Amino acid sequence: MSELLTPSQTVGPYFSMRLPWPDGPYVVPAGTPGAITILGRLYDGVGDPIPDGMIETWQADPNGRFAHPNDPRGPILDGDKAFRGFGRAATGHDGSFKIVTLKPGPLPFGDGRLEAPHIDVSVFSRGMLDRSVTRIYFPDEAVANAADPVLQTVPADRRATLIAAPGTDLDNPDSVLLRFDIHMQGPYETVFFDL
Amino acid sequence: MTVSEQGLVVPDSGKLVLPEYAKPQLGNHPPLDSPGYRSTGLRHPKQPLVLLPQRLTEVTGPLLGDDLITMQDADLTTQHAGEPQGQRIIVFGQVRDSDGRPVPDTLIEIWQTNAAGRYRHTREHHPAPLDPNFTGVGRAITSQGGQYRFITIQPGSYPWGNHYNAWRPAHIHMSLFGRAFTQRLVTQMYFPGDPLLQYDPIYNSVPDEKSKLAMVAEFSIEDTQPEWALAYRFDIVLRGRNQSVFEEAHE
Repeated sequence: MSELLTPSQTVGPYFSMRLPWPDGPYVVPAGTPGAITILGRLYDGVGDPIPDGMIETWQADPNGRFAHPNDPRGPILDGDKAFRGFGRAATGHDGSFKIVTLKPGPLPFGDGRLEAPHIDVSVFSRGMLDRSVTRIYFPDEAVANAADPVLQTVPADRRATLIAAPGTDLDNPDSVLLRFDIHMQGPYETVFFDL
Repeated sequence: MTVSEQGLVVPDSGKLVLPEYAKPQLGNHPPLDSPGYRSTGLRHPKQPLVLLPQRLTEVTGPLLGDDLITMQDADLTTQHAGEPQGQRIIVFGQVRDSDGRPVPDTLIEIWQTNAAGRYRHTREHHPAPLDPNFTGVGRAITSQGGQYRFITIQPGSYPWGNHYNAWRPAHIHMSLFGRAFTQRLVTQMYFPGDPLLQYDPIYNSVPDEKSKLAMVAEFSIEDTQPEWALAYRFDIVLRGRNQSVFEEAHE
């Protein structure tokens, strides 16, 4: 016996009045050693920035663990309480968003293979009746990416849309900066997933 | 062999036994391309979606807790010096998954217009009055039985630019995390008998009639508080778990 699900509806244009809490983009506090900054822009089908979007991220910690009872490997023993795993950022007037986090570790896929380090992403905005789900992979993981069981199912000519681009933060050259733009449509349309 | 908190067996071979969340039924969720709602045109993926298996990242999710909220967050009528204008209402219900299990300890966020149909937002241009005593944003965490309860005021209807004489039916936006990334849901709660429902392309974007009705709250005289507030029940159903799937290792 299975009940009907409550349907999804759009977040509309006005969620940003309070939903994004001030430290939302910070999966770890600013200044955490090893923190990486992911900058991106969200674009619509004609390449215009989407200024009323919201990006949410969810990921493992640097050891590939989750502080969650559904992770059958058990609790994180040396768990870093400051690491939330979750990020939320509203897009700016130019469609831009920022997430500050730690790079996740690789994960067992459950069949002996490994998933390359990745971040799951939900995209919400006015005009989206349901979220769109995508993933961020890392540019310095070419070998792991090539063996990733999910990336392998993505058409080869579209895989690059899921891999962040290396960048440099001119103000802070020691920190790691990645770029990850999200295109809802068009020649650079990001790969979205059916979850 | 070890057993995790939720009783999941962890085989020593390193195989993973993970829950799997059921897929929505056909017509249960709106299509991302819904021409009646014009803004979907340039904002839906056009390429085919790629199937994402539910593995560790998908079956876990943020468990956002009490540190984010206070009791006052669930009462939208006491967030300012004075009381907001409008009809006071209680919105309550249960969050459960599609096989009937309550979803405890999950964050619900709501946002809505004031009684005059105006959001407190810089981009909002509807010429209706703002209410200095109403922000229109609330948060609550479900109880062990999946129950939640907000006190707020009846939101108003407002015009929008989708088509000539377009008005949104009164609604309350609701955002839920469930217990896993896969269960994440943002929906809208509507009010019974609203004459605008039949004209609203967002409400009507849901193909299945029964699913659509699941977004309409039910007035409850039993829970209405004499001399004080009307009550509406709104239960929310998230994707439930199939039986655990065992996968063989290729070792």
